[in-house]
Amino acid sequence: MSASVASSRAPATGGFLARFEGFRAQLPGDPDRRAQAADLFRANGLPGGLPGRRAEAWKYTSLRPVAEASFREPLTAIADCAGLLARLPNVGLPRLVFVDGRYRGDLSADGFPAGVSISTFARSPDFGALARPERENMVALNTMLAEDGVRISVADGVDGGTLMLVNLATEQSGRATAFHPRHSIRLASGARLSILEVSLGDGVYLHNPVTELVVAAGAHLSHVRLQDEARTAFHLSTLYADIAEGATYDSFALNLGARLARTEIHARLGGTGATVHLNGAQLLTGSQHADITTVVRHDAPGCASRQTIKNVLSGRSRGVFQGKIEVDRIAQKTDGYQMNQALLLSPDAEIDCKPELEIFADDVKCSHGATVGELDRDQLFYLRARGVPLAQARALLVRAFLTEALDAVTDETIRDALEAAVSRWWESEPL
Amino acid sequence: MLEIKGLTADIGDKTILHGIDLVVPNGEVHAVMGPNGSGKSTLAYVLAGREDYAVTGGTATFDGQDLLTMDPEARAAMGIFLAFQYPVELPGVNNANFLRTALNAQRRLRGEDELDAIKFLKLARAEMKNLAMPDDMLKRNVNVGFSGGEKKRNEVLQMAVLRPKLAILDETDSGLDIDALKIVAEGVNALRGPGFSALVITHYQRLLDHIVPDRVHVLAGGRILRSGGPELALELEANGYAGVVAEAA
Repeated sequence: MSASVASSRAPATGGFLARFEGFRAQLPGDPDRRAQAADLFRANGLPGGLPGRRAEAWKYTSLRPVAEASFREPLTAIADCAGLLARLPNVGLPRLVFVDGRYRGDLSADGFPAGVSISTFARSPDFGALARPERENMVALNTMLAEDGVRISVADGVDGGTLMLVNLATEQSGRATAFHPRHSIRLASGARLSILEVSLGDGVYLHNPVTELVVAAGAHLSHVRLQDEARTAFHLSTLYADIAEGATYDSFALNLGARLARTEIHARLGGTGATVHLNGAQLLTGSQHADITTVVRHDAPGCASRQTIKNVLSGRSRGVFQGKIEVDRIAQKTDGYQMNQALLLSPDAEIDCKPELEIFADDVKCSHGATVGELDRDQLFYLRARGVPLAQARALLVRAFLTEALDAVTDETIRDALEAAVSRWWESEPL
Repeated sequence: MLEIKGLTADIGDKTILHGIDLVVPNGEVHAVMGPNGSGKSTLAYVLAGREDYAVTGGTATFDGQDLLTMDPEARAAMGIFLAFQYPVELPGVNNANFLRTALNAQRRLRGEDELDAIKFLKLARAEMKNLAMPDDMLKRNVNVGFSGGEKKRNEVLQMAVLRPKLAILDETDSGLDIDALKIVAEGVNALRGPGFSALVITHYQRLLDHIVPDRVHVLAGGRILRSGGPELALELEANGYAGVVAEAA
């Protein structure tokens, strides 16, 4: 009895430490950084994995199912990913493909514009300067076990065009796998880049990427993520963005897949007039759980942050939005906006929304809001009075709610790809 | 033919319709006039099938079929059209998609072939031209950011495209300037013929200068108090509703 109590109070680590001990000699990059991360992970374990150890940041999302699963090394050599590749949006973009967390040059394009350089974490391992493993336990786990990831840099004033970053997970019969990609994307002054990032897969796996984005003065990075993981998968992503003077990071996350997903973003507006957009939509059913957590730090005057998150929740699904805006005392003329909207299509669906404002400057404009509701009765009647049957009227209104969210994506090709993903979701999940 | 007999209806625990008797033969346009709060809009909603109202007695049939047991969409498919007093905004749904969805849903319910996008656009553009509506109205979200007049015109566009057998116009004239009023009236008059009838609900006589009714009914306190020819509308305009209401009491 006492032994079981003691073990339930130890950090839940899901067998990851054992894997680290077995593989550490083969892992690329600074061994000291990894050892530090392992110490942090050993001390803190998986966040929210056990009762009594829930950090505030993980109040609504428990990683107990991750702690209870036993994940193993992916066997990429046997992976057949033709079926997965066929499910990618047909957008004709040059792509960089990772399978089970490892770069696959044979499936990736080359021939990017001059000034765009592409490499991998495996080739040039660099943990960067933005990630905070001491604060985010999933990042400690990633730092401990990261093997590969993309490294993109765009030189001064270069327009790098649009590319697709692909993360595929293959089904490995009877094996639950885990991989921890470490991505880094850097735009020099005045550079531009647009990325469509797609994550999809089959089987049971944990996809735990950490991404570092550096957007230098006047640069513009557009980043649209389509998370369409297997319904049996865990997707826990952490992203850090550092946005300099006059630069823009414009992001959108569409969460459709995974049994449990968390999209965590830490964005720092570090130079005057920087802009960040963290928009997103989550479309959940069954017992899916998806969490968008953002921390936007205004560290310079005259910066703008915009966040609109829309949730469509059916079945017993649960959506979470936690949004924190921190305004430093020098960040006068800050313009911060945050909105979380949820459409609950079932009495058993749930949305948890936690806005937090921490403001130390006195001349700022910060607002947040949340709406939760069912479909509008007047709108339903209007459609029915025009001859549209109830089920079709409901579907049309839900699609309309999502269409408004997708309007935040300005690139038409990419928006069409998201619309198509929503349509596919729709065909498989009639409401 | 629309036949209403002894129709009573409540909202919540309040009775609004106290026994309506009304017959609109095919091909005729009837006006229902009455003071505010007399039950005009309730009558329109009950005929269209709004579930917030509980029908407590009486019957309403269209071409012999019992309306009151039908879903709103089935009533629409059999040719009943309600032009809303307050047209509803549908953010994220563009007008073209809305209209085509409605038209094809009705056609499907009637067992007819659906219209493809090209045929539909041809039809919609022709009707918009008649209503002096700019083409970009099709791309805009339904009623979102529309002026009062644009919303009403959009209702008439839907009516023109859906070609109902019975149109119920619920205060379609409110909020219209005289030019818009004429356009709306022309839209209704263009549909007039043996296969079309209309119930024009209005507070004022001025719409009836442009859509001349075959009959005029005065609705007050949830009952039809008087019926007559088009001259009744002029009498109401001159003397107000008080006379009719006092006479009936």
